[in-house]
Amino acid sequence: MADQDYTDGNMLAGPMRELFAVDLTAATGRCANCGLTGPIAQMRVYQHAPGLVARCPGCEEVVMRLVRTPTSAWLDLRGAVFVQVPMPAESPASW
Amino acid sequence: MARAAVPGRLNRGASWRVAQLVESREETGTARTLVLEVPDWPGHTPGQHVDVRLTAPDGYRAERSYSIASAAAGNRIELTVQRVPDGEVSPYLIDVFSVGDPVEIRGPVGGWFVWRSADPAPVLLVAGGSGIVPLMAMVRARRAAGSRVPFRLIYSVRTPRDAYFADELRQRARDDGGLDVSYVYTRETPDGWPSAAHRIGVADVNSHGWPAELEPTCFVCGPTGFVETVADILVALGHDSRRVKTERFGPTGG
Repeated sequence: MADQDYTDGNMLAGPMRELFAVDLTAATGRCANCGLTGPIAQMRVYQHAPGLVARCPGCEEVVMRLVRTPTSAWLDLRGAVFVQVPMPAESPASW
Repeated sequence: MARAAVPGRLNRGASWRVAQLVESREETGTARTLVLEVPDWPGHTPGQHVDVRLTAPDGYRAERSYSIASAAAGNRIELTVQRVPDGEVSPYLIDVFSVGDPVEIRGPVGGWFVWRSADPAPVLLVAGGSGIVPLMAMVRARRAAGSRVPFRLIYSVRTPRDAYFADELRQRARDDGGLDVSYVYTRETPDGWPSAAHRIGVADVNSHGWPAELEPTCFVCGPTGFVETVADILVALGHDSRRVKTERFGPTGG
């Protein structure tokens, strides 16, 4: 089962919410290695490394890495060409 | 407080808050439903989850994600937690955590694996074991919204005793027009069940799901291997992979 020792990008919702004002799991990302484009929610997330390591579901290259220390958060996005966040032109006045 | 420094609307779901257990009930031999009262709960969309954080007396912290099982209703949310043998968090939540006790939660979070009642597309839900939890939130939200969007649920469990929400699902399939529920048993079937115990396969998904031409939204949740099997079957049956939303629990947890 070692090759299935991961969850998915859905679990990044909480940790990413600490950093960003928007939900990142519904955002679209492109893998810098293979070019696969898809929702962050569908990446493969390994939690047993230090921090959270998100790999591309297509080529398994590391797309992003998030390490939380007591005083800061390290977000390494070197494996992503872009992250596209759905965002309306104008925010509604209330929920 | 830091919370006051950030506009609440943008900060939604970002900060930890203290919830209190107000009710706990047995779901199966290995799972309990926890009813939490969360002050100022902003509401949630079915499929979203919360992160639960426990802090030991020595400061050691453990965090886990749990899908919300309930439809949005005031300041109460329900989590149905499965016991993970040797887990760090679930045995505490199931055996020790008592009515009146506080717990830290963050959420609701997650905006991708969610069903919105305004979406008219038919829905296929495929659950493996405790993967039923976020899908049950969708079934309940559909009922709460009075939605007529057709839903089909395929629920794979080891034995009849392992099914969560069995009575409620029976009732909803009877009373909520347009909801079909079918089961796949992997180890032991009920008496007189028409097929032998087996793992979910093409025939199950084909018989109890929607034809791809109807362009349903498919939500698949369960252990990683189960989710990948079902997602592969759906794509092989012609479903657009962009309409197949998955959530994996992974091999461990708890």
